[in-house]
Amino acid sequence: MSNLKDAFRNGKAFIPFITCGDPDLETTAKVIRAAAENGADLIELGIPFSDPTAEGPVIQGANIRALAGGVTTDKIFDLVATIRKDVKTPMVFMTYANVVFSYDAERFMARCCETGIGGIVIPDLPYEEKEEFSDVAKRYGVDIISLIAPTSANRIAMIAKEATGFIYVVSSLGVTGIRSEITTNIGDIVKVIRENTDVPCAVGFGISTPEQAQKMAAESDGAIVGSAVVKIIEKYGRDAAPYVGEYIKSMKDAVRKA
Amino acid sequence: MSQSKGRFGVHGGQYIPETLMNAVIELENAYNFYKEDPDFNRELTELLNNYAGRPSLLYYADKMTKDLGGAKIYLKREDLNHTGSHKINNVLGQALLAKKMGKTRLIAETGAGQHGVATATAAALLGMECVVYMGKEDTERQALNVYRMRLLGAEVIPVTSGTATLKDAVSEAMRAWVSRIDDTHYCLGSVMGPHPFPTIVRDFQAVISRESRAQILEAEGRLPDAVLACVGGGSNAIGSFYHFIPDEGVRLIGCEAAGRGIDTFETAATVNTGRIGIFHGMKSYFCQDEYGQIAPVYSISAGLDYPGVGPEHAHLYDIGRAEYVPVTDDEAVNAFEYLSRTEGIIPAIESAHAVAHAIKLAPTMSKDQTMLITISGRGDKDCAAIARYRGEDIHE
Repeated sequence: MSNLKDAFRNGKAFIPFITCGDPDLETTAKVIRAAAENGADLIELGIPFSDPTAEGPVIQGANIRALAGGVTTDKIFDLVATIRKDVKTPMVFMTYANVVFSYDAERFMARCCETGIGGIVIPDLPYEEKEEFSDVAKRYGVDIISLIAPTSANRIAMIAKEATGFIYVVSSLGVTGIRSEITTNIGDIVKVIRENTDVPCAVGFGISTPEQAQKMAAESDGAIVGSAVVKIIEKYGRDAAPYVGEYIKSMKDAVRKA
Repeated sequence: MSQSKGRFGVHGGQYIPETLMNAVIELENAYNFYKEDPDFNRELTELLNNYAGRPSLLYYADKMTKDLGGAKIYLKREDLNHTGSHKINNVLGQALLAKKMGKTRLIAETGAGQHGVATATAAALLGMECVVYMGKEDTERQALNVYRMRLLGAEVIPVTSGTATLKDAVSEAMRAWVSRIDDTHYCLGSVMGPHPFPTIVRDFQAVISRESRAQILEAEGRLPDAVLACVGGGSNAIGSFYHFIPDEGVRLIGCEAAGRGIDTFETAATVNTGRIGIFHGMKSYFCQDEYGQIAPVYSISAGLDYPGVGPEHAHLYDIGRAEYVPVTDDEAVNAFEYLSRTEGIIPAIESAHAVAHAIKLAPTMSKDQTMLITISGRGDKDCAAIARYRGEDIHE
């Protein structure tokens, strides 16, 4: 079992997403520390992929910048290993199936285990394909995070029953990115999840403001924010850490009220 | 327990976001129902025969045969179909299926523009809305097809992400589909992507070999010794191979785009240079680096300029049933010119890859052997680009 449950012991969780290596790994290290110091309960670290089909333009841009800067899966594991010496905040990876597959799933999970990565979000690995990695992940105590979408309907119970770590509830149709309004009835989805599991669930996709985060966290166990964090890093580049820290503090304060 | 579906050996599957899962399940259920439905099949046959112009000819290329001095060469003339390529076979099937499913809108990716034109055509005919995603680089090298799609009432969205070619058009079409599922069918153009697409597209393209097998038996009284087709994602190739797969004496040869050569980085020969991976919804062979980053592939042919190959081809390769050979830009352009001069048939630059391999293979075969080459499309769209390749600047 991973340590991901710890992320949900501090009230409603705030979960920022950071693309590793955008614009370089030194900045990523500073941003991770700033996130941890300012109340992030769980940090989602993106391993960039050349063709991120589930991402909107903001995170696509981060992937391109990171890969252009020469980041690789190995360099990211090295970064996490270093950070882990002083940052105890639970962490998960977010990446695409081919990144794990081509690294060799066994080797990938072994390094996750060594570096204290508790889980992996893989947007192109639905329930039907999770056996691609689930057995080896389980052996190394890494949770494959299940995603549930607004279109999941009759699939929610089936997915929730086998979920471990936490459940990632996708707030809206479409790709990642900032949205002015989230129209999906999250409460209804969470209700079905709750009937089937005690695994915590956090909502992501489209959240950028403290108000949205508070609303989503009120209906679940936490809020996940990607594009809004990545935008700050895009804007401030190597100087982004304090700005990300400040943003995360405001978001954590908001979800605390939920 | 989860159950992975749509496997060809280890390849295939459904590696897509959860948001799309119910949509592909709905598609699979609808397809399984309608493929057995006599009314659906009657309507589709009617469209294929009286709108698209099927069956397509099997033409004996006498001059080419004599010139090469080996195997008898037959051309399966998919270039004569309405819209000028094999793409219409699949599109009419999928568009009709989408209409039966109550969808009112088709989206599609396109490389050379042939699939986009076919989708725009079917949408116009069946009264559906149509949006086509096309790499910006391809909109420039295939400007005529962009105009054709717009003329047919489709919206063409140039894709600027990544390498701005076919793979990025597929990614963008997938992103668009995730955003709007209710009324929209993603009319995928090749035997790729998540299950059930590789199976659906293959079944609709299998009409090629259903006809050609009967036609060659009629003409020669025996099966061919080799069947050749170009392979990008592989839809015309799987259609050309499918009914010959059980005929073990028939060599099945897929001709991949080697671009500037398989020993260079400027290639799109996936089976020859790629590794197994997971991308665009499927497990198959992909051109990629050691960390699984998809490679920026290259070919003169916008339709073959794709870093992956359909999962059924990957499987046919694994089990040794089909061979996949690389053909360079230079060889393809030479073949484009050769077929034009020798037989008076201007092939699509994609199809010219198959012709190029035939030019090498036919002389090594005996005169009592036969080979069948699928001419997947017509080459009018390529004339300006080939002229440029030869250093001549013509204005369309």
